[in-house]
Amino acid sequence: MSGAVPRAAGGCGLLVAAIPYLWLLAFFLAPFLIVLRIALSDAATDQPPYAPHFLGFDALGEFFAGLDFENFRLLGEDALYWQSYLSSLRIAGLTTLIALALGYPLAYAMAMAPKRWQSILLLLVVLPFWTSFLIRVYAWIGILRPQGLLDMALGWLGLASEPLRLLNTDTAVLIGMVYSYLPFMVLPLYTTLQKLDGTLVEAAADLGATPLTSFRTVTLPLSLPGILAGSALVFIPAIGEFVIPDLLGGPDTLMVGKVLWSEFFSNRDWPLASAVAIVLLIVLVLPLVLLQRAGRAAR
Amino acid sequence: MNASSDAATRRSSPGSVRRDFQPWNDPAAKPLVEFRNVTKRFGKVTAVDALSLSIHAREFFALLGPSGCGKTTLMRMLAGFEQPDEGEILLDGVDITTVPPHQRPVNMMFQSYALFPHLSVGDNIAYGLKREGLPKAQVRERVDAMLKRVRLNGFEGRRPDQLSGGQRQRVALARALVKQPKLLLLDEPLGALDKKLREATQYELMDLQTDLGLTFMVVTHDQDEAMTMADRMAVMDQGRLLQIAPPDLIYEAPANRFVAEFVGDINLIEGRVTAVEGDLVTLENQHVGVIELDEDAPSCQPGDALAIGLRPEKIGLSHDEPQQAVNKVAGEIWDIGYLGDMTMIQVMVGGDEGKLLKVSLTNRTRRIERPFAWEDRVWLSWDIEAGLVLAS
Repeated sequence: MSGAVPRAAGGCGLLVAAIPYLWLLAFFLAPFLIVLRIALSDAATDQPPYAPHFLGFDALGEFFAGLDFENFRLLGEDALYWQSYLSSLRIAGLTTLIALALGYPLAYAMAMAPKRWQSILLLLVVLPFWTSFLIRVYAWIGILRPQGLLDMALGWLGLASEPLRLLNTDTAVLIGMVYSYLPFMVLPLYTTLQKLDGTLVEAAADLGATPLTSFRTVTLPLSLPGILAGSALVFIPAIGEFVIPDLLGGPDTLMVGKVLWSEFFSNRDWPLASAVAIVLLIVLVLPLVLLQRAGRAAR
Repeated sequence: MNASSDAATRRSSPGSVRRDFQPWNDPAAKPLVEFRNVTKRFGKVTAVDALSLSIHAREFFALLGPSGCGKTTLMRMLAGFEQPDEGEILLDGVDITTVPPHQRPVNMMFQSYALFPHLSVGDNIAYGLKREGLPKAQVRERVDAMLKRVRLNGFEGRRPDQLSGGQRQRVALARALVKQPKLLLLDEPLGALDKKLREATQYELMDLQTDLGLTFMVVTHDQDEAMTMADRMAVMDQGRLLQIAPPDLIYEAPANRFVAEFVGDINLIEGRVTAVEGDLVTLENQHVGVIELDEDAPSCQPGDALAIGLRPEKIGLSHDEPQQAVNKVAGEIWDIGYLGDMTMIQVMVGGDEGKLLKVSLTNRTRRIERPFAWEDRVWLSWDIEAGLVLAS
């Protein structure tokens, strides 16, 4: 069969095949190389604020001689940096776990709902995206601040007399992160669960599995691709998140996104900020590769 | 066998599958499955309508009907996936109407097979045994025996998507059989197989059922499948059972018009009764003429409208007028359908605007030149036993 399919006319077919690669080259590889080059440079009071500059191909040797791993060494020496990485990993990991714990039942209920309800439920999950992300995070300040909406509500219900003092804590950051990233967990989970063949669950019951066992042995393993996709979609942006920890977090909330921001804008140390970004990329790619391996094994 | 079942045996229908096996004729026999006035509605649609049915242990029971007749709903109620709105279902004398599926000693082979795609063949078959909490060694032993039984030894490590359709069908069968259920439900078990494989598998299923001494209930829309395999079959339409009988009785003595038309080919002739003398009924149809037929204790009166059925293979075809025949009519061949083993001939009787009757001829010889051709003037004839009276 495949032999009978005519080859796509040379140039045109090649172009179509090349588009994703050109895209990656222009918008991923090239920027990455620029950031890497800055990370290997030294900070300088200059415009742009790093050295050495690329002065032409004649001075290529000199240019390369000016590059070094000084900034990466610095990242290893100062506890602030690896602590912020660890803290980011912890907060992103917790966010992912909580989003999974909340998102799975949500997605499951959506997938089991009558067909005519599903599109409405789906719309409700996506609805928050119609409002600006920044405004939604700001709204949480109003809810979480002392004497805010949450404190008032709890006061009226007689559940708490003292203010909870949630704002500017890691808990507030977690709440904001879970809230913001939950749809990214729910959507891939819903897609996998909705595609799940209902007769498989019936077959499990028929063979003597209690509802819980059939969930554990059939539904859960078959929804693993959705779990992995949702977790990746939450974990990756969460680890580098800047806006939420900046607005909801406190002075001791340590996250890479904030460190990167302050190195870049406050300290104007572009090379160090670039090094932070490069290490973040490595930290992100590593679990991603592991996730993909797990996904392949599950299949 | 006790005396009463021996008595039942003597009343055996001609050529039934297992001559000595007719528990349904034994009033003392306790059925394995009993539906008592079971009704199931989906919204305004009544899928199963006040239905009662008994299935006996070791029986191969087939439920036959057009799609949407309620046969699948009936089976799903037996498996526990649907709850009846009214009535009760008994298994081995125990009311299981509200027992959840995982607690029923009933297993089902799904039409889509429903094999777990993430488990190997071996783990698929072992799934049900593990749920029973059997020791590992025993699970292994039974899975191995079952693999051998369905000729899949060596395949236990494969995933379902690495198997052919026929192999998947056998895994699905093995997975249900290994639980040694009191009752095995098979939903269109051969529907996804090609013709040759389907025929071979029919006989395999029958052998398995007899060897293991299990009770099978097959749901199918394929009458050949049902007739080949079943001890008894039930014809269902619009949520009701129209007839429950061994296949030969369903075919030769259908309870009504629907059954007669649904199972096999039939010529339907409507007429008016002109005379009833003892068991001999005479009726007249405007195209076919006078027809005599033999009917046990006929309930019709002269003047009644009556529908009779004539199976195509019960009609004889000749060029010359058959002098001896009681029932005969002249006609013209309009159509000849050559099917290899037999030929289906359509004959127009009673003039060009008359009635088309189907006659089937077995092709006993390899002669390519057939004795009958289009537009031949021919005679049709049949015995007084051939026609059957059909209730509407």
